[in-house]
Parts: sequence; C-alpha cells; structure tokens
Amino acid sequence: MAEAHPVGFQWVMEAKKRGAKVFHVDPRFTRTSALADTYLPIRAGTDIALLGGVVRYILDNELDFREYVLAYTNAATIVSEQFADTEDLDGLFSGYNPETGSYDQTSWQYEGHGNHTRARGTGKERETAAGLEHESHGAPVAAETHRDETLRHPRCVYQILKRHFARYTPEMVERVCGIPQEKFLELARAWTENSGRERTGVLVYSVGWTQHSVGVQYIRTGAIIQTLLGNIGRPGGGILALRGHASIQGSTDIPTLFNLLPGYLPMPHHAEHPTFARWVDSIRHPGQKGFWGNSRAFAVSLLKAYWGDAATPENDFCYGYLPRMTGDHGTYQQVLNMIDGHVKGYFLLGQNPAVGSAHGKAQRLGMANLDWLVVRDLFMIESATFWKNSPEIATGEIVPEECRTEVFFLPAASHVEKEGTFTQTQRLLQWREKALDPPGDCRSELWFFYHLGRVLREKLAASTKPRDRALLDLAWDYPTHGEYAEPSAEAVLKEINGYEVATGRPLGGFAEAKDDGSTAIGCWIYSGVYADGVNQAARRKPGHEQSWVAPEWGWAWPANRRTLYNRASADPQGRPWSERKKYVWWDAEKGEWTGYDVPDFEKTKPPTFRPADDASGPEALAGDDPFVMQGDGKAWLYAPRGVLDGPLPTHYEPAESPMRNPMYGQQANPTRKVYDHPVNRMNPSPPEEHSDVFPYVFTVSRLTEHHTAGGMSRTVRPLAELQPEMFVEVSPELAAQVGLAHLGWAHLVSGRAVIEARVLVTDRLTPLRVDGRVIHQLWLPYHFGTEGLVTGDSANDLFGITLDPNVLIQESKVGTCDVRPGRRPTGPALLDLVAEYQRRAGMTADRRVPIVTTDAAGGDAAGNTDERSAEAARDGGGDA
Amino acid sequence: MFRLGLRTFIEGWPVYRQLTGTDPLGRGAAAQSARSAGLTARTETADSMARSVCPYCAVGCGQRVFVSDGQVTQIEGDPDSPISRGRLCPKGSASKSLVTSPLRQTKVRYRRPYSTEWEDLELDVALDMIADRVLAARDETWEDVDDAGRPLNRTLGISSLGGATLDNEENYLIKKLFTAMGALQIENQARI
Ligand code: SF4
Repeated sequence: MAEAHPVGFQWVMEAKKRGAKVFHVDPRFTRTSALADTYLPIRAGTDIALLGGVVRYILDNELDFREYVLAYTNAATIVSEQFADTEDLDGLFSGYNPETGSYDQTSWQYEGHGNHTRARGTGKERETAAGLEHESHGAPVAAETHRDETLRHPRCVYQILKRHFARYTPEMVERVCGIPQEKFLELARAWTENSGRERTGVLVYSVGWTQHSVGVQYIRTGAIIQTLLGNIGRPGGGILALRGHASIQGSTDIPTLFNLLPGYLPMPHHAEHPTFARWVDSIRHPGQKGFWGNSRAFAVSLLKAYWGDAATPENDFCYGYLPRMTGDHGTYQQVLNMIDGHVKGYFLLGQNPAVGSAHGKAQRLGMANLDWLVVRDLFMIESATFWKNSPEIATGEIVPEECRTEVFFLPAASHVEKEGTFTQTQRLLQWREKALDPPGDCRSELWFFYHLGRVLREKLAASTKPRDRALLDLAWDYPTHGEYAEPSAEAVLKEINGYEVATGRPLGGFAEAKDDGSTAIGCWIYSGVYADGVNQAARRKPGHEQSWVAPEWGWAWPANRRTLYNRASADPQGRPWSERKKYVWWDAEKGEWTGYDVPDFEKTKPPTFRPADDASGPEALAGDDPFVMQGDGKAWLYAPRGVLDGPLPTHYEPAESPMRNPMYGQQANPTRKVYDHPVNRMNPSPPEEHSDVFPYVFTVSRLTEHHTAGGMSRTVRPLAELQPEMFVEVSPELAAQVGLAHLGWAHLVSGRAVIEARVLVTDRLTPLRVDGRVIHQLWLPYHFGTEGLVTGDSANDLFGITLDPNVLIQESKVGTCDVRPGRRPTGPALLDLVAEYQRRAGMTADRRVPIVTTDAAGGDAAGNTDERSAEAARDGGGDA
Repeated sequence: MFRLGLRTFIEGWPVYRQLTGTDPLGRGAAAQSARSAGLTARTETADSMARSVCPYCAVGCGQRVFVSDGQVTQIEGDPDSPISRGRLCPKGSASKSLVTSPLRQTKVRYRRPYSTEWEDLELDVALDMIADRVLAARDETWEDVDDAGRPLNRTLGISSLGGATLDNEENYLIKKLFTAMGALQIENQARI
C-alpha cells in the first residue's frame, strides 16, 4: 500500500499513531513492510491457507463476535444433507462434473431449498463471469431458512465451517505458506483481540489479489474472517480493495464489460433470457428479500435512457435491441479469437494490453491479425506500434510488410483537458473541472464516441434493415459546446442519475425509479448524484470543515453512503454496539435511523419490524436484517450458491506451481477457466511430470514511480528518471545458487517467453521453507515495454492464460519459471530456447492440462486429463 | 556606512537569522534569500485554477491545476480533500509533466496495411474511415439469431478494451453506443 497507494497509506500511519497494530503479508519486503509492526513473507498463491488458518483459530477458540454472528450472518442456517465437503472428497465439493469442469450447486443449498431453485450446472455462469453481478448484491436464495440458534446442529453453517477449516492448523499454515507458526499466531491473536464490541479491525488488499485462479475465494476468506469478528458495516472495519486505476470502480459500475449493463444488470443471455419478463425475473428473483425486488423499475429505466421515446411498454421497452451473450466473450477469449481470425476491428481506449495483459505475445499476435485497430491514447504505446517495434519483430513472428492490420492512432485529451467524474476506490464520485482545451487533434472519449455515433447514424439514416433500428432509435441528443462541439459531460451525468421523462426533473435517488417508462435512469446505483439538479459529485466542502465521515466531499454510491451495510454498526435492537464504535443507530423518539453516515436501511423501519409471511423484496426485510441486498438479509459465511468454485474457500495451488498441494489430492482449482490453444501452453505442475523444468516461483507488482503498463509513466521524464530500467529481485541465496551477479543480467524462461532484466540481489526476498523443501521466489515490476523514455522487457509476457471461474480474471500474480545468468538470446535463437524448454517439459501442442487430480470425483486415477474437448473449452459450449 | 553595512550583512546572514529569529530549524524565513523573497509563486499569478483529481491510481487524491497563458503551469495537491489532505505521491506530483510531456501525441497517425511507416491523417477523415470500417465489420459478422432461432442481435467482429482510466460519462456513452450497434465484446482493465 505504501508503494502503490502512497497517499492512502497516510491513514494507516494515522491509525498506527493511535495504537493500531499493522501486519503486512507479501512475498516481498516493501516500504509497507518497513512501516508495519510485523511483516509476514508468504509463498505467492497461498493466501487461502493463511486466512483459513485464522478462521480455524477463531472457531477453535470461540473468538467470534457471537451476538453479531447469530443475528446478522447465516452461521445458524442449516444446510442440505446432500452437501459434501472438501474434507470428504479430497479437495472437491459435492456436485462436481468432470465433463464440464464445473459444479452443480444443488447439494450446497440450505435445507428445504431444493424445490425453490432449479438444479443445474454452473458452466454458463462461469462463461459469462456471472460472479461480477454480485458486486452490488448477493446470489439468489429464498428468504426463509431453517436455523439452529445454538449453533450445535451438525449441518449448521457454523459447524460446517469448523469441519471445513479443521486442517488449517498453524502447522499447516507453516507447511503451505512458509510462514513460521509464531508469526502466524501473532497475526491471529492481534486480529481477534482487536475485534468485537469495542474494537474493529480492517483488512486491506490490493487488487493483485484478484489476479489468481482462486481470486474471488481469497476475498471470500477475508470476508468470512471479518464477518465472524463483526467487522463489517462498522467504522474502522470492513474489507478495503485498493484498486489501481483512477476510475476502474466507475468502469465496473458503468461497465465497459461484456457481461454487464450499468448498475450490475446482466447482459441478456440468448437461452436464459429469451423474453423481457424472464430477464427481469432473473434479476428480481420473486420471493426473495431485499432491494433487488425493484429491479424491474431499474431495468425499464435503463432501456428508457438508452432508447427514449422508442422504448414503450408495448415493445418491452426495446429489450429486443440488446445483443445476447452465448458464452465467454471476455478479453482473453477475444484475443484468442483474434489470433484465429474471427475479429475484424479492435478499439483500445487508454489501455495497453501488449504490456499490461497476461501473455503479451498472444496480445500482440492477436493485434497483428486484425483488419483494423483504433488506439486512443495520450502517448505512442506498445499496443499501437506492435507492427514495427515489438519482440515479435525481432523474432520474425511479425513482419511489417506482411501484417495487414490498419492502425489508426487518435490522440486523447488528458484528465485536465476535459470534465467529468472518476469513481475512486471507495465508490466516491469526484467531478473534475476542465482546466484548458486539449491540444491539436487530442479529444476526449466523450467527443470521440458521441461523434462516432452521430456519423454512424447519419450513414445509416436511410437504412431499412432491422439490425440498424437500435442505432437509429438510440437517444443520442447531447448538447455540445465550443469549437470542437464537445458534448456536455454534465448532461450525460444527468442521464446517468435519471430523470422524470415527462418533465426532465432529475431524480433524487433510485427509490423514485418507475417500471412504467415514466423514468429514465442510465445507472440506477448512481441515482442521486444529480439530485435537485445539482452536481453532487462536484461538492468540495473542505475536509476540515465537516465531520470525519466527510459526507459533503463528492458523492458515494449508493445514496451517498460511505460505509455499506452500516445497519450492522448497531445491535439488533438498534443501539450502538459500543459508545466507541457508534456509527448508525435507531432514534426511538424520532422513529428513524440516524448517525454519522446515511443509514443503509429504510429510514423509518424499526428494529422490531417483522415481515408478513408472504412478503418479498424490501418489505420482507426484518428490522434486524442489515444485509439488505442479500436474499436472506444475512451476511454469508457459507455461500449456498453464486460462488462457482465452492460454498467455502479451499486452498488450491496456483495453476502453475512447483509443489504438490499439501492439503488435498485436488491440486488446483478444479473449475478454473483454461484455454487449450496452441499459443497458450501452461507449465506443468505436480502431479504432472517435469515441473522441475520451471523450479522457481515468480510474482510481479508495481513500483511507486510507475503506473501499470507504463503508458503514463515511462513517457514522463521525472518518473522515467526515478525508475529507468527493468530489473528482477532475487535473494542472495538464489543468486549464489544460480550464479547471478548483482547489477548483472539474468533472463527468465517460461513456456511462453524469455525476458531479460538487470539483477538486484536483495534480502527483500527470502527463500521459504515449504513442505520440507526450499522455494525461491523472484519479483519483477511489470511496467516495461519497448516504447517511451525508458524501455525493457515485459514481465507479463511470461504468463500464460488461466482464469478465475467467477469473474474471468487471469492468474497473473504467480507463475513458474527458470532463471539463468546473462542476457537472453535474440532473434530466432530466442524461439529455439522456448521450444527447448517446452520439449523438456513435455509441453506438446496436443497436451491437455490435467484438471482433476484426485479420484474422489468418481473419475479414474489421479493425474488423468480433462475430458472436455478443446472446442467445448474454447467456446464455452459446456452446458450452454 | 560601513558599520551599518556590516550589521546589515550579519543580519542578512542565514545562520544569524536562524539563531535569532522564529525559525530555529532554518526551514522557513531564515533560509530565504533576497531573490526568493522577491519571487511570487506561479500558483498566485495563474490566470485560472481548476479543481481536479489525480489520473493515476484509485485513491483519488485532489489536485489543483493552475493555468497561465493557455498552459498548465503547476499541478499540486488540494489541501481541502479529506482523502489526500493536500498530498500527492511521486506519480500525482508528476501530473504536470504528464500533461505537458513533449512525448504526447497531438496529431492523428495512420498506418496502412502492410506499411512500414506512419502517415498523417485529418481527424474528421479518420473518424469517417473508422465509421465505415465499423459498419463493414458489423455487416460481415452480424448474427441475427442462433441455431434455434432465438435472437442474438450482435457482432463478434468488433472488440474494445479500455475504460478504467476514463470518466464515468465516457464509459456510459461507450457502452451505450456499442450496445446499440450490437457489439458485445467490450472490456476494460476491471477484467484484468
Ligand atoms: S497522488 Fe498517488 S496515491 Fe494519490 S491518486 Fe495519484 S497516484 Fe494515487
């Protein structure tokens, strides 16, 4: 955090000054470690084992915040007797289908829920990254559950949790993660001692956590700890995700993502959502508790914002215009499709995948096989010059005279040359004023897309083709101003906020959304950002002139709430858990919720409220159900559905690991998304043979002085001067073993690439003793490429493509490699070296990565190969 | 004259001022030279100041952007921000160098198929050419219905990547336009 989010880190230092203990867990000692009370080095990819150890420590010593856990979580809920745990099945849960590599979640359900929910596989959810829809709400589950408030029932969640994590002992943590037991116990003790009525603890992660084949389950393990300790919805608690781009939260909320529409509404699926009613019901889940009950109004209002007058009740508000998903259309699938010649044109908007995405060569080969590419950026980045300046030019894999891709480079306006909002990592929208006009041909994306839409519509004006109706009927009238006819960002923000169609009056919030077409809302969770016709995101009341919650600086979604689920900061009766940790509470005299923040609860619903038996939606929430977006109003220690790789987190080895899984026969995540494509050969891991060809673990992260793929930092003189060169950090022990000299050169080899870097021998990296052997880890920054003021090989070239099944994010924080002294070969000799490693490791073109490595699934012996056909794996046919 | 001169000389000596004045650590007035006393901060004489946000990471530090004669002359931390309290890290502090970098591209560049060099192109011509290519790619790869006759309304012939560095308003228009043209393969860094 001190390295990559330095200004945010000042608050950690403030807390430390007031007595907070700071623990830092990282494969590498960083500036954060230097300022922490305790630093725990960890083997990359083993965080679930560590955090699972903390869960076991809490449960074994009964250190959970019992009142909170009983009232606000599903700890007491009883689970179906068909459920079988990884303890029973050697690392698999019940319902695993080796044919599709995915789970049927029926047996994971709560007791008595079998009839409410359809039994089926989850391959489709994986292909469409359906887990992302849960960014604002839980997975569907019926409201009524069987509970045992004594927590003794053998099938209640609490007891299931206890059994599941029983083997995550301090000894096991040491064996898997390489963390000495005393250090682990110091962490577990401090975390539990600093949680409860009087105290709260916070978990902070950077989004490298999401770049694992089990990334979602990392975060779930953290959530289980924080929920057991009563640290959710309370001040000084929570789980803080430190995201890495100025508005990456905004681009998830208003998604430029294939599977979502604004506000986490799903993009329709051709088979699942044939009609408007089916689509809406799949979001609304009739019979459930919670605010998603209103989703018909959100869906209708979005379609009204998109298609204006053309969207009527008679035509289902133009639902038919929406394109349909049939499977995985994510960025990695797209890139493989580019290589295979299926994609014609590609837009890159302030993003540099040639350096920033996993498997750089696949990215560049994909770009070299397009009809056309549009790059919009401030600088000439590697993704714009792949055809004349890339590693593949040197090896002859791309020849400019033979590369047909037509490239348009359009210079972009910078953040000071346009106005608009960024959503930062705490869901806070902040409006930027424009300082000056952009130079030359530079334009904002707002300008480019508005005018592209205008030109497209002009060109199609005479068209009678049905396919062109969606473009011609689009509500695309934005006021423009100035010499360049820049569209008004404020007008767009007003549409995002939503307005009454008849009068144009901006809505005050999503509670005003209507399902009859009388309101239009571009992104329902942002409704309120333009309440009263005032740009609330532009509010800048100085921090020192307001309370510590600072509610009048910018605007946070939803409803300007700074801490989500803050009803949980009060006890079931609505009283603060303690004076010290007071945040939101029930004012009995006034008959309303009040406090320092906007209460995350219906304002006048008393703590004693009990819903009618047949209630659904928000009316079904009791006065002590704080988790208002969950189908049962409870925080989920155990996820009966929605998490595709299991109701509970389980330690699996990374897709590429030098080690056999010490905990289960199942080696790696059995539901991870693999792509069997000739370009994407994965290094072997146990129990496969030849994992010793790639004996070292490497991980990558950021330098303080550079930003992601370097397009905004290697091009900027002061930053380029501060970190001028690509390097690799190695421990003195590894340097001695391999013969690497400090400040000399080394090259690293994976089954995809060879890259070189200067050697930095440092005890910031330490060999770990893991399961009776020594594991060496290497660390690299991933910012370098061939353009800019300072250049170097790209660390992301080393990675292959394997994805988390829930969100289709790649595993690019851990892989295996070999390291050798000296510079890498150049030209065709480089390809020969990779080929030699592939041959030695048995990475033939027809090899399939083994998915199931235990016979507990009912399949054949350990080490068998996945049965799926390459085609099914590629197009996500599975059970689509 | 000489005495007075010597006294003035001694009083003007930074160590003397540091020891006798209100700035014993010598970080403020004591260390100020006559030259720096006569200078004015360019933030004070700027023609305008815009309140902005750092474009790098998602902490969202407040920035003040000072402009004189149509040029950004300074970008510094906004002390009013309850998030950053006026601080900027090395990247945020380099924002002025970012927006004024001589490496910034300000002209459209065009690479023909099989060419080895960039060429110039007018912006409106480029926009028109891109629109033609979008329509052609869409026509070539359009899918009306699936094998079972269910609607698809889409093209898988067009991809887009990017958005995490852009404004919400921009992402909104990008998604809206692509969705209306049936382009589904729209992604950004949040997937990466
Ligand atoms: S100044 Fe540094 S910490 Fe603050 S937003 Fe910018 S990059 Fe992030």
